[in-house]
Amino acid sequence: MSIHSKIVDDMVANDIGFVTTVPCKQLAGVIEEVEARPEIHHVPANKEDEGMGLCAGAYMGGKRPAIIMQNTAIGVTINTLVTLTQFYRMPLPMLISYRGELREPVACQAEMAVHTKALLNQLHIPTYHFHHEADAEELDAILKYTFMCSKPVAILTDATFWGGY
Amino acid sequence: MIRSDILREIAPLLRDQLVICNIGLPSQELHLIDDQPTNFYMLGTMGLASSIGLGLALAQDKKVISIDGDGSVLTNFGTLPTIANNVADNFILLIIDNGSYGSTGDQPTYAGRKTSLAAVAAACGCDNVVECQAEEVGGVLQAAIAGDRMTIIVAKCESGNIKVPVITMDPVVIRNRFMDTVKS
Repeated sequence: MSIHSKIVDDMVANDIGFVTTVPCKQLAGVIEEVEARPEIHHVPANKEDEGMGLCAGAYMGGKRPAIIMQNTAIGVTINTLVTLTQFYRMPLPMLISYRGELREPVACQAEMAVHTKALLNQLHIPTYHFHHEADAEELDAILKYTFMCSKPVAILTDATFWGGY
Repeated sequence: MIRSDILREIAPLLRDQLVICNIGLPSQELHLIDDQPTNFYMLGTMGLASSIGLGLALAQDKKVISIDGDGSVLTNFGTLPTIANNVADNFILLIIDNGSYGSTGDQPTYAGRKTSLAAVAAACGCDNVVECQAEEVGGVLQAAIAGDRMTIIVAKCESGNIKVPVITMDPVVIRNRFMDTVKS
């Protein structure tokens, strides 16, 4: 089974029925898989804070949401994470491509990478880092944890995890 | 008419509907005029009333009305193509367009100058956009509630605010009582 299918299988098994995405080259396979699953309502968003708004609405409508985005989005969404997702105590698994790590070809990506974990830490967002493919075995437990504690939770997935560029 | 006059007039129509209300004065005014558990007040996060409303409308069948402002739509302009391309016929976006950022002191917005939000919404692909004057909002909204088509209403009104207290209700209480009404 591909890693993309495994990730989306875990989402479906955890009743995630609403996913918003802002694309990344590394996440293309997962997004394609999300789009293909009848159990998931996929709404592409133009910006990640907009996507988090959609997820908040879907959650209040009774669906378990998730967002798929790049780590650069942490810079875009701090206000939304704090004043919407956290303030109203809503669960939100965030599957994040961790650009700017080892094997990154684009120098500018490293600029945001060095701030990513510090920002997540400052926001008190539980953060998991997938570096090897086997790390994804924890995804099921991470999703259960997210909906148990009703918090945004970050899953950073780097280039080594995805097998390079 | 200013925004609070419109809210006062449409309050009886909103009462039985799920309402996502914009940050700042719009939420404070609606809370003062007719607080209902079916109202979700945004205490922060400018711009996302339409996104939250669309997500809610796509996730369940009840009618959803997002009360937004011209300044907030300008802040989250990407919302209009998303709404246009993810049609939810149980969704009404009511943009109260007073041409100003009311909550911050009525600074003018571009919607009050050359930019037409109705034209932008149509250009984004929204099929059912109605622009009306403040006096017509009640009728237009009533028709949208009675209908079964996604509707974007741009209600033009004068800028101006009334004095209202801030909302001190806990956000989790607002969210929880709102979710109870969604489920009921």
